[in-house]
Amino acid sequence: MSYERPVDLARALALRAEGGRTVLAGGTDLLAATEARELRGPVLDVTAVAEMQGVTLSDAGLRLGGAASWTAVAKAPLPAACAGLQAAARVVGSAQIQNRGTVAGNLCNASPAADSVPPLLTLDAEVELASLRGSRRLPLSAFLKGPRRTALAADELLVAVHVPAAALAGQGAFEKLGARAHLVISIGMAAARVVVAQGRVVSVALAVGSCSPVAVRLGAAEAALVDLAPEALPAALEAELVAAALAPIDDVRADAGYRRAAAPELARRALAAACRPLMETAA
Amino acid sequence: MSLDAAAPGLSLTLNGQAVSLPVSPGRRLSDALRATGTLGVKSGCDAGDCGACTVLLDGAPVCACLTTAAQAEGREVRTVEGLGGPDVDALQRSFLRHGAAQCGICTPGMLMTATALLAETPRPTRAEAEAALGGVLCRCTGYAKIIDAVCEAWRETPGAAPAPAPAGAPVGARIERLDGAPKVTGEERFGADAAPEGALLVRVIRSPHHHAGFAFGDLAAWAEAQGVAAVLTAADVKGSNRFGVIPPFADQPALAPSPARFRGEAVALVVGEAEALAALDLSTFPVTWTERPHALDPETAKTAAPLHPDRPGNLMTAGFVAQGDAAAGLAAAAVTATATIETAHVEHAYIEPEAGCAWLDGETLVIQACTQAPVMDQEDTAQTLGLDPAKVRIIPTAAGGGFGSKLDLSVQPLLGLAVLATGRPCRLEFTRRESLASTTKRHPARMTATLGADAEGRICGMHFDADFNTGAYASWGPTVANRVPVHASGPYRTPNYRAEARAIHTHVTPSGAFRGFGVPQAALVQERLYDDLAEQLGLDRLEFRILNALRDDEPTVCGQRLKGVGIGPCLEALREDWAEAKTRAVEWTLAHPERPRGVGVAGCWYGCGNTSLPNPSTMRVGVTPDGRLRLHQGATDIGQGSNTVIPQICAQALGVAPETFELVGPDTALTPDCGKTSASRQTFVSGNAARLAGEALRGAILRLANMGDAAAIRLGAGEIVVEEAGQTHRSDLSRLPVDAHGYALSAEETYDPPTLPLDANGQGAPYAVYGWGAQMAEVEVDLALGTVKVIAMTAAHDLGRVINPMLAEGQIEGGIAQGLGMALMEEFIPGRTENLHDYLIPTTSDMPSIRTILLEVPDPEGPYGAKGLGEHALIPTAPAILNAVRHACGAEIDRLPALPHRVKAAIDAAKGARR
Repeated sequence: MSYERPVDLARALALRAEGGRTVLAGGTDLLAATEARELRGPVLDVTAVAEMQGVTLSDAGLRLGGAASWTAVAKAPLPAACAGLQAAARVVGSAQIQNRGTVAGNLCNASPAADSVPPLLTLDAEVELASLRGSRRLPLSAFLKGPRRTALAADELLVAVHVPAAALAGQGAFEKLGARAHLVISIGMAAARVVVAQGRVVSVALAVGSCSPVAVRLGAAEAALVDLAPEALPAALEAELVAAALAPIDDVRADAGYRRAAAPELARRALAAACRPLMETAA
Repeated sequence: MSLDAAAPGLSLTLNGQAVSLPVSPGRRLSDALRATGTLGVKSGCDAGDCGACTVLLDGAPVCACLTTAAQAEGREVRTVEGLGGPDVDALQRSFLRHGAAQCGICTPGMLMTATALLAETPRPTRAEAEAALGGVLCRCTGYAKIIDAVCEAWRETPGAAPAPAPAGAPVGARIERLDGAPKVTGEERFGADAAPEGALLVRVIRSPHHHAGFAFGDLAAWAEAQGVAAVLTAADVKGSNRFGVIPPFADQPALAPSPARFRGEAVALVVGEAEALAALDLSTFPVTWTERPHALDPETAKTAAPLHPDRPGNLMTAGFVAQGDAAAGLAAAAVTATATIETAHVEHAYIEPEAGCAWLDGETLVIQACTQAPVMDQEDTAQTLGLDPAKVRIIPTAAGGGFGSKLDLSVQPLLGLAVLATGRPCRLEFTRRESLASTTKRHPARMTATLGADAEGRICGMHFDADFNTGAYASWGPTVANRVPVHASGPYRTPNYRAEARAIHTHVTPSGAFRGFGVPQAALVQERLYDDLAEQLGLDRLEFRILNALRDDEPTVCGQRLKGVGIGPCLEALREDWAEAKTRAVEWTLAHPERPRGVGVAGCWYGCGNTSLPNPSTMRVGVTPDGRLRLHQGATDIGQGSNTVIPQICAQALGVAPETFELVGPDTALTPDCGKTSASRQTFVSGNAARLAGEALRGAILRLANMGDAAAIRLGAGEIVVEEAGQTHRSDLSRLPVDAHGYALSAEETYDPPTLPLDANGQGAPYAVYGWGAQMAEVEVDLALGTVKVIAMTAAHDLGRVINPMLAEGQIEGGIAQGLGMALMEEFIPGRTENLHDYLIPTTSDMPSIRTILLEVPDPEGPYGAKGLGEHALIPTAPAILNAVRHACGAEIDRLPALPHRVKAAIDAAKGARR
């Protein structure tokens, strides 16, 4: 049984190509899922891979290293568009979880309740997937295929998440709903990013999580909000357009009907939270 | 690089020292650290849900259970052992001063998380502290004193010396816990921390089905092939293989013969060398299951085949109390109200899963495990395994929380069986899933009650009827069935009363004892009806309760006439806050109609000790020939504080300072029986035994010195010094004969509360002492989402005599946390919420601000007037919260917990009703 912790991507991809290894990042899902006292089987630990580190801004946009922790995301100096992402980073589990849990781990785990996904969707995030065969980029929405299912090929690693520069405009916000204050799996959550120019909404990105097999962007609802005044956004959001995009289920946390009703309210609150600083700036 | 090449060890810096961990790289860091003896790292869930294993990795808090050893390589790891050492640091000192550690199991994780916070923010606000500690669960304290301790740590100077005890009598003094230091240094030894070197590991095979027949394959061949030391089944149990806390109902096998009656029931043990067994995949264990029909709720079970052939209709037992004529009383009432409420399975969720170890000492089986009831463990383990009780010794470890569930046997008979079969020391630690799946729960109840009052607002009749889901085995179901009808009136004068509670078997984990034995459930429906009637009568809800509060010498529903009845004073103590809170709520709601606030109130009473049954405690106190004072303190301290309160009482009686005592025990070989830590009985019953023993020893010392009762007693080296009115007498202890226990002077006294049996109508004197309380909740409801935020709780409790105000506050704050959890979020579903991320308990910021009002209406029977408190604290919490929710928005919660979707549905229903 072997445990490999490569420090460079080439070696990591070579090991990945050999197959048969469990890919370990922060461990907050993998180790939580076993009662054994250790991770069994051959392990590929990617947390030391140099190319997967860091949260960096450039002219091209924002790059989140796959092995970057949620604490690193929360603490990085990022533009206001990322406020929702950073708010989500601060509620991924607890501080303990945020210190270990990684960007790549959260996305590859593909939980319908992953808090990071709605804000990343509003940021038009793309995932960078690498293998010995080369590297490709996929929109996050195409990467996530269902609960615990992704487009990651057996020889690939999720090296980084990219937010294009164009998506770093405007103000982001995030709303989480759980049955307790901290360390809680979301019943539902919503993220918004609003871009305003000359007092009118230029574009809106809106996403809801925990209310469908994968978190979704609410394209129809977004389109209906363009050109409005920011203060009019929350009230203008049509609940039916939100609910129509969702496919919630009953579980121990809530029933489907409740989620269908709560999601538009969460989206409204996320819009209001995104618009608040925009209106303050305008004033 | 490949880390396998780095074997045999992974190098890191542990608390400033370079160390090499001799483990595989994929090992959980928590496990790797514990294997090196760093036992201050606690394992509560192995899933990042509880934070007990928090260590600092390069200064940042992480769950060591979710970090591999390889990921710590070359880095700096700090654990609780690396804080202040024996000279505790300022934060640890603050924890001691504020009483922030109760059982102590979460304390290392709290301390490490707070250490990281304080490094960045030396003087945090409460909100900052709550946010930082949000990932560490505590089940005892309600977090209030932990947040106090963190926010005030900057004021402290490092050092182990406790704050000087306040001048004056020991009873009533706000002294620090006498057993606090090991809880903050990580030295406390809990169930998983005590195993002898080389102990074999025990693992348990459990039923994956609610109800299933099963057959084993070739166990011997499997054991041989896997290289394990033993495989044990029901066939290997030499005794009754039927245990139970109430002997006439004993029905639970240590290892079940076919069929298994609940999911998680133990059917076999695998015992082997620890390293190999821990790695063994048990999915190959040769057992075939045949599922059978199951009944998970009483309605289904009533008409299903009986789980136990001698209990038709799956009715285990029923409790009944009747006084006057309930039907006539209700018929004559000016107003009546009826309600039906259903509650959920509630899990104790102590942060320490059951664990222990055992070995043979000559012919004696010694079991060292976490428990609330050492002598009951001794007797029940002995008969289950077919041993002479004198050949079983129970040494309780520190208990990382109990709340009722650690009254029942869990690991004890399994450990005993493994030791008897192998002759080797053995250890067993339940995983969180095993703990959740197999140990007792609070009974789910379906309760219907009708309450009536006359036109002046005096209660004139009540009818109460309930089914309690008691699960597959008896456990404390009989106690719940009996206690509920005795208490379902609430602490109010209720002529014309009829109450019945039935305990019904189902194919679910046994329901047992959980802080309040069914009374918290009953209070939900009773207190709802008090609000209903007050509204119908146009009376203030608090004043309506005060009008009906039981007073001295008025008969209870059992016909008992009590002295020292404290419910009136408790309710009256809320008057001022009540009026202000109602005004605050109205003003807030006017300004924020989408988030209305409401105020609710509920009262409680609770009888301390066993219901109409003997439950004596015996205390021994002695002076050694060299002048040391020892208290054999057998009242198990599971965090509630008997290691401090009992010495305070004994010190008061003897006339010394509490810290003078060396505490011995609990240990069935060393301490006389102080009964179980349950039923809020230790301060009252064991406290009285401690008072009597202290008085007896004082009498003996004064007789020896020939001095009067006003004399002062002091212990010196090999002598006792007695002083009175300028005269000094020195007794040379070395000249006194030494008794069988090694003492020059000693006293042993027993106290058993005077009770009378209940007749067929439940009339009698079930308890000698009752405790009383009333709580007021202020809540905010988010109408659009149905979420409830409890803003504030005001808790007035009559303790008769407050022995230690700090510990009393801690009990109340912790009780409120459990009551809040029961009201708003806690629901155990077998097979579905067997972890601490699907089973939710309150975190730091779920807790309201709590104001405690301690009242003292002396009880003639309690020690120095003292009454019990432990269970009382949570009884009024959930009803007060739900009454406040209804006050805020009209939502009537008929099924607990009040999760957002249920509250939202109730809000919508209330709106519909108004239309």
